Amino acid sequence: MARTSTPAPLPAPAPAAPGPALPRLGVRGALRWVWRQLTSMRVALMLLMLLAVVSVPGSMLPQRPQNPAAVARYLRDNPDLGTWLDRLGFFDVYSSVWFSAVYLLLFTSLVGCILPRIAVHARGWRARPPRAPRRFERFEVHDALVTDADPEAALEAARASLAAGRRFRVDTDTEPATARTPAARTVSAERGYLRETGNIVFHLALLGLLVAVATGQMLHYRGQALVVEGRGFANTPAAYDTFEAGTAVNPDSLVPFTLELDSFTARFDTAGKPTFFEAAVTLTEPGAAPQDHTIRVNRPLDAGGAHVYLAGNGYAPQVTVRDSAGQVAFSGAVPFLPQDASYRSRGVLKVPDVSTGDQIGLVGFLLPTAVINGDSAYSAYPQPGNPALVLQVWRGNLGLDSGVPQNVYQLDTAGMTQVAGADGAPATVVVPLGETVDLPDGLGSLSFDKLPRYVALDLRYDPSLGWVLGFAVTALIGLALSLFVPRRRVWVRVTEEGGRTLVRTAALARSEDVGLVGEVEQVLDAVRELGPAEPFAPLDEPNGAASARLSGADAHEVGAARGRGHGGRR
Amino acid sequence: MNVAELSTIVVWGATTAYALAFVAFAVDLARRAEVSTARRVRVRQPALVGAATGSVADPTGGASSTTRPAEDGAAGAAGEPDGDAADAEATGGAEATVTEDDAPTEYRPGRALGIAMSVTTLGLVLELVGIVLRGIAAHRVPWANMYEFTVVGTFVAVLTFRLLTLRRDVRFLGAFVLGLSVVALGLGLTVFYTRAGAVVPALQSYWLVIHVTIAVIATGMFTVGVSASGLQLLKESRESGSPRLSHPRFAMLDQLPSVRALEGLAFRINAIGFVLWTFTVMAGAVWAEHAWSRFWGWDPKEVWSFIVWVVYAAYLHARTTRGWSPKAIAWFSIAGFAVLIFNFTGVNLLLPGKHSYSGLDLNN
Ligand code: HEM
Repeated sequence: MARTSTPAPLPAPAPAAPGPALPRLGVRGALRWVWRQLTSMRVALMLLMLLAVVSVPGSMLPQRPQNPAAVARYLRDNPDLGTWLDRLGFFDVYSSVWFSAVYLLLFTSLVGCILPRIAVHARGWRARPPRAPRRFERFEVHDALVTDADPEAALEAARASLAAGRRFRVDTDTEPATARTPAARTVSAERGYLRETGNIVFHLALLGLLVAVATGQMLHYRGQALVVEGRGFANTPAAYDTFEAGTAVNPDSLVPFTLELDSFTARFDTAGKPTFFEAAVTLTEPGAAPQDHTIRVNRPLDAGGAHVYLAGNGYAPQVTVRDSAGQVAFSGAVPFLPQDASYRSRGVLKVPDVSTGDQIGLVGFLLPTAVINGDSAYSAYPQPGNPALVLQVWRGNLGLDSGVPQNVYQLDTAGMTQVAGADGAPATVVVPLGETVDLPDGLGSLSFDKLPRYVALDLRYDPSLGWVLGFAVTALIGLALSLFVPRRRVWVRVTEEGGRTLVRTAALARSEDVGLVGEVEQVLDAVRELGPAEPFAPLDEPNGAASARLSGADAHEVGAARGRGHGGRR
Repeated sequence: MNVAELSTIVVWGATTAYALAFVAFAVDLARRAEVSTARRVRVRQPALVGAATGSVADPTGGASSTTRPAEDGAAGAAGEPDGDAADAEATGGAEATVTEDDAPTEYRPGRALGIAMSVTTLGLVLELVGIVLRGIAAHRVPWANMYEFTVVGTFVAVLTFRLLTLRRDVRFLGAFVLGLSVVALGLGLTVFYTRAGAVVPALQSYWLVIHVTIAVIATGMFTVGVSASGLQLLKESRESGSPRLSHPRFAMLDQLPSVRALEGLAFRINAIGFVLWTFTVMAGAVWAEHAWSRFWGWDPKEVWSFIVWVVYAAYLHARTTRGWSPKAIAWFSIAGFAVLIFNFTGVNLLLPGKHSYSGLDLNN
């Protein structure tokens, strides 16, 4: 706590047993306290775990942005619970207040955490390696040797081995003799500044990622269009079946290209599993000649700065309906939606423009490879081996004039009656491709002329993609640096005793570090190359090292660490 | 018999080999336990060390009155790795503080461990053959559905373990890694099994190779990491006198590296796993951008991959926050792994989403 209470101006002496005075915080103090808590690692950790927890419901409950129909179904099946869940945002978890609160707090915490560290790190960047500590034995990793080599040469060998390849930032120093220790030369070395740099870069990149994604949300637009072979569409909001744009998008600003579907190719294996989808299209960008392209799943097309994806496909039977007067009442391709793997597809034909009598509605299935046995009809294969329409017939008022927009895939039967056959059951008409069949009740006739395919295209424009990718890659690189760059300090002290040269060295790592021992041994190896050397027994240590032997535990740690270092170098 | 069937048979063979190796590793752990209980002596932990290194365990160069080489005189402290590299490797760190009257029946890796390691290697070779054959049968990379993912994932887990043993003696992890792998393979072969075949257009992308390969490797890493964390917790319980774990049956825990060393081992492996997982999620997002027209859509698989990532991020933070005990940290590692496994099984089987490996989804 930054501010403690000011002593109250009470007459001395103080009461006999004063309780510890509670610090008075005040508003600023309280804010500071909250900030301090928020930016503590403990709270960051809690927020991380909380983020994991609040993410879960979105995977368990249907979500409106992904699947509005499933949400509607859920609300219908669980009216009570559903209403409450809806109010609390459980059907759009990832935009809910509580989910946003958690990640925004987390990122606030991250900023508060990372800013001071940047300052510290920037200062450390120019700092010299810390001076050699007095007693090397305190460190888990240390070693020593005696040699007849010249002290200066030994020092230089140690220094050079650390500085080689600019691995370490190296500094040398001189220590004057004291009452208990002889004069010494020391080397201090440090490496791994990049570890902290990587960590900071990683956290900043996460922040950048968040900002990039949020910007993309504001600047993006997406539209979906269903295009039958031989037809096309223009890139305007009105041309799409659904269109959705971020708050900062001007719908008039879309690049007005046009796209035409020339043909669609689908291939399936013998079991009916799709193996290949490709749409051949003609793209005409403003001021440019038309160009042929293909779109595949996984291979979107670039058009007008946006990507056009192949999101789905199906059949759009082309039919002609004549009314009871023999007039053409409807002619066109009607998209049917696939219901299963064999492309049994469901669709609706609405025929409002009859010259006389009731309007006609036809509802039913397209079977690409129809197998019809009495009452049962199914499709045996997704390709058009034996296409047939199997439809039921309604007559009456289609309700298209009511002004309420209708779903083209659904028949509003409120003003209609179903036409029955001779046996009183609903009449079913079966129309193979290329044939014309009379409709029951003298309603007219239906011709199944052709079977073009259609594709569902998904168009998306998001100018932030490059930024998102850039920040993600930066984060990954920063993370790898921050986890795998070893941060190490190595010290060497060279003294002259009894006519021989004593070289001691110790090393310290930021976190446990298998390679640390290797560093120490490499320094000593460099000294050994100058001439014969023996390991130095700590018992003879001149400056009265406390213990002749390391305690058991220490010996183990050192042994373990050393061994690993050697192992690594083998 | 066609190539796909042959592949399945070879994978069954690999599973059998792993099961045998598992038994042998378990026998070896039991032997470690016997050694521990036979001697009521303080034994310093076998360090995670190689042989040539035994000598440096003693900074004075070996001569000392309180420590002498373990009875077999092998690599212990003599500083001369003997002929048998494998043997030496194992004894390297198992240096004992031997007191006056004790019979020095030091744990030495026996035949069981040798068999376990050879059979593990055999299983790896078989599994690799099975994977390659599967790829040939399906004309694509053989990791596009749950069965194949399980096979490749266990292969990577065991391979990671096998490679680690080349650098340090972590053979005590064998029973855990192979036990987990046998269970996973058993499930894969019986529950998740799917015929080899072409993949739907949405999966026809080089990102299948990149994204899934790295995901498999990360999963293999996390498997080894969690094995170390599990052992760490068991050992810690035993050391703190847990009534259940103080039974002599668990004495083999005394032979393992220290709690701290196990924790460090788990961390190093989990850290690699985490970087790979980060890459997995990113590569998945890039692929989703190509295939599904958005890089992130909170599909159940995406949600749970994100949760896995967040939990392991919490693990790393817990580790760098002062005041967290090794025990608490190990629980984070276990929580991360549990979420990872749910992401692989529960999400695929229970939650509807775009990642249904079953095959057909007309809107791809
Ligand atoms: C979106 C939220 C965050 C994520 C996903 C995240 C992720 C990570 C990851 C993966 C690491 C591992 C790298 C390493 O261990 O060196 C890390 C390290 C670190 N994080 Fe975060 N972090 C987040 C927020 C925070 C916050 C809010 C703080 C501060 C309160 C923080 C402080 C740290 C520190 C100090 C380290 C370095 C540990 C070390 O030096 O070894 N992080 N973070």
